[in-house]
Amino acid sequence: MTGALAFLGQFGDAIELIFEGETTREGADVGGWQFAELTWEHVKLTLAAMAIACAISVPIGLWLGHVRRGSFLAISVSNVGRAVPSLALIAFFVAYLGVGFTNVTLALVLLAIPPILTNSYVGVTQVDGDTVDAARGMGMSETEIVRKVELPLALPLIFGGIRTSAVNVIATATIAPLAGINTLGDPIINASGYGDTGRLAAAIVVAALAVFTELLLGTAQRAVTPEGIKLESKAASRHRGVPTPIRRTAST
Amino acid sequence: MISQLAQVQIQDRSAGDASCVADNGFCPSWIAVNFDRYVDPLLQHIFLTVVAVAIGFALSFALALLAHRRRWLIGPITQVTGILYTLPSIAVFFLLLPLTGRGNVTALIALVGYSLLIIFRNITAGLDNVPRETKDAGRGMGLTDRQLLWRVELPLALPEIMAGLRIAATTTVGLATLAFFAGAGGLGEQIFADINFKSNVVVAGGLAVALAALLDGLILLVQWAITPWTRARTV
Repeated sequence: MTGALAFLGQFGDAIELIFEGETTREGADVGGWQFAELTWEHVKLTLAAMAIACAISVPIGLWLGHVRRGSFLAISVSNVGRAVPSLALIAFFVAYLGVGFTNVTLALVLLAIPPILTNSYVGVTQVDGDTVDAARGMGMSETEIVRKVELPLALPLIFGGIRTSAVNVIATATIAPLAGINTLGDPIINASGYGDTGRLAAAIVVAALAVFTELLLGTAQRAVTPEGIKLESKAASRHRGVPTPIRRTAST
Repeated sequence: MISQLAQVQIQDRSAGDASCVADNGFCPSWIAVNFDRYVDPLLQHIFLTVVAVAIGFALSFALALLAHRRRWLIGPITQVTGILYTLPSIAVFFLLLPLTGRGNVTALIALVGYSLLIIFRNITAGLDNVPRETKDAGRGMGLTDRQLLWRVELPLALPEIMAGLRIAATTTVGLATLAFFAGAGGLGEQIFADINFKSNVVVAGGLAVALAALLDGLILLVQWAITPWTRARTV
């Protein structure tokens, strides 16, 4: 009983720290407003990495899918990406390029590219060939086919990839303090200034941020799904459907 | 920040080419002498990954069989495991600390939680993709539901089940590099101990990547061995 109470007490203290903030014995202000600043840095880093990753991987994935080339590249980039631990990736960048916002952003971009690239590619290749032929028969140019037919039909999967990447980047941005950027991982990595309560508080905020992003992008994913696809498969694309469709494409 | 980074440089850097080591360089001579120190973290890393994937597989398998009979369970199970999959493991380590303390248990709970969705989805998808005609043929031969599941549906779902295991194994190797935050050691602890030293980062990071590739290949090999009929078809 006392164990459970102590446990709830620790969470209570952590929640209080998030909203109220306090001054440590060393005289530093932690929690409260300072957590809002850490959160903003976390979000800023995530947005920067995701924007660059999307700008790179969506066009490449769409193009590769449209010309039906490079399936090996588009699929295996995901497999390789999964095998490289995010901590190792950040560590490589720190050891070889040094610390700083640009370097961390680049590392996170590398982390975010594979799911978006693979899903964009798979999304386009899954578009019915007859649909593309019909568009061509209507006199659409190749660019129009990609923009008006293949892109809208691939959007649900592309957003699935963006969702996977965004949650992954938020998780990894937690170790960005190793590279000198003070995100919400600061209380976790540099625990001495915050104590156990600060660590727990940071973990709560990071978890909430990830779940919030997941829900937000899930809503966006449903919003961009064309009505026809929604009717076709109500259950299939409800969750981030990354693993299964990819492997099936890879094996055929 | 600089001083905090300096604090964690606790690793012993004796032996090897002194100037290379002092420059935080990539020093083969240092690696050759100091490779021993990576053996125990590597074994711990293998332990965490294998145990987490094994428990994750057992749980997901049970859940998938349950959902196979009671279809309405697929939605709720996907949602719950989806939340576990979304929660960053580094956050879960610290959320669990007040409950389970530091050590392997905390790390394993987080790693298992993460793997559930991946494996569950693939088993469910594999079972769903068994052609209706095949199942009908099995029923026509007089198989019971139980026999149909174990002799027809599960064998045919094996490629997708094994694909799920491969994804779970490689991602778990990656996440286990963060397990030292939960006090469970592993290769991540070595990376973290001296993150500015190229030799250290390359060896510890490289071992993690190699482990992921090795496990991926091993599972593929097992799949090849237990699904001989997929080869007979193509020959």
